[in-house]
Order: sequence, then C-alpha cells, then structure tokens
Amino acid sequence: MKPGYGRPLDIRHGRIDMSHGGGGRAMAQLIEQLFMAELDNPYLAQGSDGALLPEVAGRLVVATDSHVVSPLFFPGGDIGCLAVHGTLNDVAMMGARPLYLTAAFILEEGFPLSDLQRIVSSMARASRETGVPVVAGDTKVVERGKGDGVFISTTGVGVVAEGVTLSGHTARPGDKILLSGTIGDHGMAILSQREGLSFDAPIVSDTAALHELVATMLGTGAQIRVLRDPTRGGLATALNEIASQSGVGMLLEEAAIPVSAAVSAACEFLGLDPLYVANEGKLIAICAAGHADRLLDAMRAHPLGQAAAIIGEVVEDDHAFVQMKTRLGGYRMVDWLAGEQLPRIC
Amino acid sequence: MKFVDEFRDGQLAQAIAAHIAREARPERRYRLMEFCGGHTHAISRYGLADLLPTNVRMIHGPGCPVCVLPIGRIDQAIHLAREQGVILCTYGDAMRIPASGGASLLRARTQGANVRMVYSIEDALKIARDHPQQEVVFLAIGFETTTPPTAAAILQAAAEGLDNFSILCNHVLTPAAMHAILAAEGGVSLDGFVGPAHVSTVIGSQPYEVFAKDYRKPVVIAGFEPLDVMQAILMLIRQVNEGRAAVENEFTRAVTKVGNPKAQALVDAVFEPRDVFEWRGLGILPRSALKLRTQYAAFDAELKFGVGYQAVPDHKGCECAAILRGEKHPQDCKIFGTACTPDTPVGACMVSSEGACAAHYSYGRFRTSRGGEAA
Ligand code: SF4
Repeated sequence: MKPGYGRPLDIRHGRIDMSHGGGGRAMAQLIEQLFMAELDNPYLAQGSDGALLPEVAGRLVVATDSHVVSPLFFPGGDIGCLAVHGTLNDVAMMGARPLYLTAAFILEEGFPLSDLQRIVSSMARASRETGVPVVAGDTKVVERGKGDGVFISTTGVGVVAEGVTLSGHTARPGDKILLSGTIGDHGMAILSQREGLSFDAPIVSDTAALHELVATMLGTGAQIRVLRDPTRGGLATALNEIASQSGVGMLLEEAAIPVSAAVSAACEFLGLDPLYVANEGKLIAICAAGHADRLLDAMRAHPLGQAAAIIGEVVEDDHAFVQMKTRLGGYRMVDWLAGEQLPRIC
Repeated sequence: MKFVDEFRDGQLAQAIAAHIAREARPERRYRLMEFCGGHTHAISRYGLADLLPTNVRMIHGPGCPVCVLPIGRIDQAIHLAREQGVILCTYGDAMRIPASGGASLLRARTQGANVRMVYSIEDALKIARDHPQQEVVFLAIGFETTTPPTAAAILQAAAEGLDNFSILCNHVLTPAAMHAILAAEGGVSLDGFVGPAHVSTVIGSQPYEVFAKDYRKPVVIAGFEPLDVMQAILMLIRQVNEGRAAVENEFTRAVTKVGNPKAQALVDAVFEPRDVFEWRGLGILPRSALKLRTQYAAFDAELKFGVGYQAVPDHKGCECAAILRGEKHPQDCKIFGTACTPDTPVGACMVSSEGACAAHYSYGRFRTSRGGEAA
C-alpha cells in the first residue's frame, strides 16, 4: 500500500529541505517520485534495506568512488553520469565485467529538485547505456552551507573472467605503454567552464564507461599486464604509480601522446601541463611488446579508442623514474604531481 | 586562441642545436645565465640541456618572484592573516613558501587563518567588495610584468572607495637584480644573459644597455618558448665569438626599445622605488623594489597594519641564496631531494615550478641521481 503524500513532489519549483533526509514521509516521497522513477529496476524495487542479488560465478571486484565535482553540470556531462562512469571504470580496470552499482547522495538543503532530477536522470541514462543497474541507494541531507549542492558516492561490483589477472605490479622492462586517446579533456572542460574561458571549439569532457573497450581488448588475447584509468592527477600520476608499484622506469615519447589543440591551448593559457590533467574516459594499457600492435589495432577499431597510440615503453630503472623524450629531442622527467592539486575536478 | 606547437617544432630545434654545436668553440666555455624562472622552466621542461654541447652551460638566475622573497616578507603576510584577522589573498605558489618556524600561508590556513588562493589581483578586489566588513590584503609579488595590473587595481580600489582593501607590496625590479649579480665580489662568472621576455615588453630593451656597455656582457632578450631560448643561446654564442657585447632582441614579436610607455606611466603614477629592499640570496639592494606612493598609502598594508619588516636568516642547510646568485647548483645542496622536495619544501627555490630546485627535481634529477652531468 502506498502512503498518501497529499500533493506530488513539485520537481519544477521545489527544493531540498531537511525533511527530505529525515526518514519520514517527505523522504519516502522523494525516493519514490524522483529516484525510483528514474533509476527503476527490480533490485531497487525490492524496497528493502539492501538488495538481494543472484549468485555470481567467478572472482568479484568491488570499487568505490566519491564525486564532488564543481560545477555539477559541465560540457559533456554532469555529476550524475560521472558517478556511474567513474566507478564502472575502476571496476573495468581490474579486467572485470561490471554487474551492479550502488549510489549514496549527500544533498544540501535548498538544492533545487529540478537540478537533482536532471542529475538522477543522467545517472539513469548512463546506467541503462552501460547495462549496469543501480541496485541500492541512500540519501542524506545536510544544512545549507555544509555541502555544495550534491555529492555522490557510488560503489560498483563486477566479476573477472578466469585467466585475467591485471595488476599495477606486473609491468616489465620491454613492455609497451598504450593510451586510448587524447588526454586532459575532462579536467580542462571543467576548468575552462570555471575560468570562463572560451575556445573556437568548446572543450568537452571525455566522461565515458570503458568496460566495453576493456572487453574488446581482453578479447584480443594480447598479454595485457596493467590497465589503469588516468583520472585525478592525469597520465603522469597514473604512470608514476605503476612505475613505482612495478619497480620499473618508463620512457615516453612526447610527440606520440595525443592532446587536442583546444586542450593544449587552454593548458598553455592557464600554465598547466596536460600530463597532469584529469581524464574520465581514457585508459592506459601496458602490454607485452610483441602484442602491442595487435592490441592497438583492436583499440582503434573501438569508438572509445579511435585516437589510441603507443606512447612509450617500460624500461629498467631502480629509481622508478618516468622519463620523456620531449618534442624538441631533449629528455626530462615526468614526476609525481607536487603542490596544489586542481580541486573538485571529479 | 592559437595552438602553440608551431613554436615547438622538433626539427627546428635540432637545426638550431646543430648551429650551436658548429659555432661553439671547443676550446672555450660559455657560461650563460637565463635570468627568468620562465626560461629555467622551459629549459628543464623541454630538456634543452641535452641539445647543447657540454661546454655551453646554462646557469639559473634569480628571476623567480617566489624564490627571491625573503622569509621576513612571508612572515608579514602570515602575521596579518593570523594575528590581524585579515583575508589574505595570494597566488598558489606563494602559499607554500616556507616562513619562520616551519610556518607557511598554507599551514596558517589549515590552522584557521583566512588565506585565499587567487588567480589575479582582480579576484582579490572582488573578495574585498563581497566582504565590506572585513579587511582584505593581497600579497603582491612579481617583477615588472605583474606591476601594471597591481597599479590598475589600486586605482580601481581608490575610485571605488574600497577602503577595506590593501596590498603587501613586494614588487621587485629586474635590472637591480642583474646589477647585483654582476657587481658581486667573487660572484659567478658569466659570458652573457638570456634576458626576460614579458618583463621587457613592459620596460623595453633600453634598461639592459648598461650591462652590455659597462660590464661587457651580451644580453639577448628571448621569449619563453623553447625555440626562443635555443635561438637566444645561439645569438649569445655568436656575440661571444665575435667579441661583441650588445643588447639584442630575439623576442621581436613583442619587445621594443622603449617598452610599453602606457604601462610604465601607470606604474609610475602609483608606485615609487623603495630606498632598500632585502632579496633572498642577493641581500639588501638599493632602489630594487617598489612601494605605493604617499597618495595611495591608505592601500599599503605595511602602513595600515603597522607590520614592520624583520629580516630572518634562511634555513641552515638551504643553499637557495647561492643558487639565486648562480654560484651553486640545486644538487650542491645537501638536503636536495631528501629533506627538501616539492612536497616538503625547505627553501623557496623548491616551491615554484620556476624555481631552480623545483625545476631540477621535477624534470632533471634523473641525470644527477645517476652521477651524470648536471643540467
Ligand atoms: S634543495 Fe631546498 S633547501 Fe636546498 S637550496 Fe634548494 S630549496 Fe633550498
């Protein structure tokens, strides 16, 4: 039996108030008329404290990620689809097929319901497109001034096929380093929006779910040792993590690293290095040298890997330095990021 | 906005490098100082040292605004934020400069002081407008490039009657620093300067004539693109080989002899030279920095809050001073890369990406950690 709410939720003009997190009727109404209406699936519809899921065969992967991006809506996406893609990608980088997601929302008092609906609907669209349902959720409300509109934490569960073992510890000297496309698009889309920069062609976030690209790559049978999505801290940070986990060095070729003209110009203007700027729809693959070309062809044949490139190789180095041959022919290090990180990028 | 890669063409760089290799005489050394942190950064980021023969050495100069600020100046800013309760606005880099007793503006912020990172003085003006009940102080730093915007902001604040706004003025002058380096007894021996680009668009090339005439040092003004730097190095080598000392301009795109008279007039209307100013590394130099003219004294945070300047010696192990004078390399410092890293800077040269230590740490340390030739 449905509780009687009196009036339906006024999504057009309504705003979040403390009662939406209070556990009472207002909260039940918000969940039913906004969240459930958008994210509808049989697991969520169970309406219990947790979702009971069918048996799964294989090793499980769990990943969790919080999203605090500002602005909430940016060219190419919003916090809703970002919260789906970000966590799915973490699951996918383990070589897993993502199965389920959960989502927890922290809402600020006064947040417009219309914006919330846009976000949840974008999340639902991303969930449908990727075939991964949001099976459980939670909402909390904090007083005005204690949040920034909305924060979303998502957790993803996936299953890894037999024989697939990916780990940041297994890169070996001689391996090739592949990148699935241009770098810096997400971070610069956010930043140019924040800084009010405009370009001939607007910079659009690359936010996307990578699990199908990963499945394609794994399907080639190429010996892939590491997959990683270079999000916060960008390509440079992800490569340094892998280098130090595997105890190897890396040698990159600057000219081979794809960067769009607009991102390059925006970075120049703001004094940033695209190597350190966040991505939300790109991956790095480290693979045995002999299989690199085959893997590259498969990546390029996939819509999310059209601009894929081999950007360097793993070398022996006790210091685990990532080095790069610059466009000018000199060499430099590509170090860990130091100092003020660009805040609130994802 | 224009795509910048046209300036970074690898083949052109190789062609200039080939000229340099041909023209640099093997029997002599060429010791060239790049004055600006912007050049230091370009040299390190593009690995330009690898394109030069071993007898052509680049020596980092003091042209990094964050690096030349002595501890006492940061102490003043921290004092204002902590004790006087002002909203202290500053650029990101300045927040991490180590001050007395392990303090920094960043640390003061974590302890509750109201320190805000801004991208420009405009942002600070806006904060002052938005918080009329609170005092807002902008930590103004930089060479001649950043001075005109500060001057414009002061005029703007005066016009608006924004009396809760003031600046801690640390604007410094390039020629004074070059003088100090050349005049130092037993200082670094140099064969020429790569001169600043952006600074020179404001002050012009004229102020460098004295270095060519009196000190017989060639100066080539160069842009910050790596090819600009390579071209300037080639031009300096040619001058040295020909026994000439002249001010030449590689950066013809923007620099003229007289600079930008409008910007100069703006600065002159608002600022006047300080009698003396203490620089990190270079010591106390006469007429080497600016302060607000008396008619704008109301916007001078030093006067407004009565914060006097107290000189404070550098950290014991830190070699920043000698590095800023071009006398030592970052790797000569005993705590480089151990106690002092970009994450835990002990000296100012490790803070800004334009600082010699930070540039060497972030881009070049793979050379020296193998015992190879330093960049
Ligand atoms: S390494 Fe650190 S302490 Fe040493 S000179 Fe450089 S900045 Fe100063």
